[in-house]
Amino acid sequence: MFKRSKNRGSEVELDEDKREQFESSVLPHLSAAYNLARWLTRNDHDAQDVVQESCLRAYKFFGGFRGGDAHFWLLRIVRNTCYTWLQQNRPRELVDSLDDATNIESDAPSPEAEVIKSADRALITRALEELPLEYREILVLREMEGMSYKEISEISDIPLGTVMSRLARARKRLQQALAPRIATETK
Amino acid sequence: MSCKQTEELIDAYVDGELDLVNSLELERHLRDCQACSHRHASLLALRSAVGGVYQQAPADLKNRITSAVRSSAIRTNQRSDARPLVLPLRWIAFASSIALLVLVTLGAYRLLSGPSRDDMLAREVVASHIRSLMTDHLADVPSSDQHTVKPWFNGKLDFSPPVVDLDDQGFTLVGGRLDYVNDRPVAAIVYQRKKHLVNLFIWPSTDESGHSEKVSKLQGYNAVYWKQYDMDCWAVSDLNPDELRDFVQLLQSTSSQ
Repeated sequence: MFKRSKNRGSEVELDEDKREQFESSVLPHLSAAYNLARWLTRNDHDAQDVVQESCLRAYKFFGGFRGGDAHFWLLRIVRNTCYTWLQQNRPRELVDSLDDATNIESDAPSPEAEVIKSADRALITRALEELPLEYREILVLREMEGMSYKEISEISDIPLGTVMSRLARARKRLQQALAPRIATETK
Repeated sequence: MSCKQTEELIDAYVDGELDLVNSLELERHLRDCQACSHRHASLLALRSAVGGVYQQAPADLKNRITSAVRSSAIRTNQRSDARPLVLPLRWIAFASSIALLVLVTLGAYRLLSGPSRDDMLAREVVASHIRSLMTDHLADVPSSDQHTVKPWFNGKLDFSPPVVDLDDQGFTLVGGRLDYVNDRPVAAIVYQRKKHLVNLFIWPSTDESGHSEKVSKLQGYNAVYWKQYDMDCWAVSDLNPDELRDFVQLLQSTSSQ
């Protein structure tokens, strides 16, 4: 009986250490976690729920995390939690999967750099929100979180070659979506 | 490098993922080709525009996550193999307001009633009684002779417990043993009535005020507390409350030896 309570005591201490390590290495990346969840769910409440569930999952699997890049590690969990969440709550959004092989007509002219710079945040946000899920995901990972192609391929579970082509398509789609909006706004 | 090649490689180039040789060729092409240079500038503007719509987390998110992780840590510690319960955040505010209400009510109740020392002792003696039956360690000195049992405690305790013979009244003395209750060594005297065993725990009372007799029922066992000869006495048994009361009354009516 005494032996048992002693073991339990050291377990509690281990748990305490684990929690402190978790809080100092993983929680600093909470804003990145929220940003990704927010763009994938397109909703503040849902994003918060997903982030919380991701963090609890992360904490559960923290024993398997061997001190690598916590930012990358947490985002991979958030991305997977988002997809599970979407599957359960908005399965229709996952149905339209991308065909990375189709070419987007490239003859549409890209907007002038100065014109893009003049667009306000709300306009960019709307255009980005309307992109298909996979395009939003890859743009957030690359442009906001600064992930390398290799990291994106691991987080999104796609081949390295697909990362490059999907990113190029996502950018073209966004430019095409922005061009008419900017034109009407600046008229 | 042609415009077509440039278009294929320009994303990798702005992302810093293009090898050095191709990068140098691409840069040379950008200097010579206005259309591609224009595309390049547009791409850079797009990149910074997307980077500018970063969604800031709500200020209290970190606190909420921290406390969710902490309570999950406590839960998993309590039930290490159980999956932590995940509640949506909006429920947590509701749940915590209920929890606060319960805490406040409990706190007020405890302030008014005071911690029940007797309840804790009842638990302790019942646990002791159960342990004595489980481990087959009923008596250190198995004897039905009160003159064997009483002296056995000499030198083992800092007091001499009353040991009485109640055989004629249907309670046979089984023996005595040392036990540990209420943070001190105590005398446990064991009696038997038919198939039922009674543990009588005795130690000198530290409480000046006379406690009245008290009956508790815990886990199917009955425990009776009373005070006699400045000793705290607890009788614990699976006997029904009436028979156990009889036992207590017999003891109370008998003077110690």
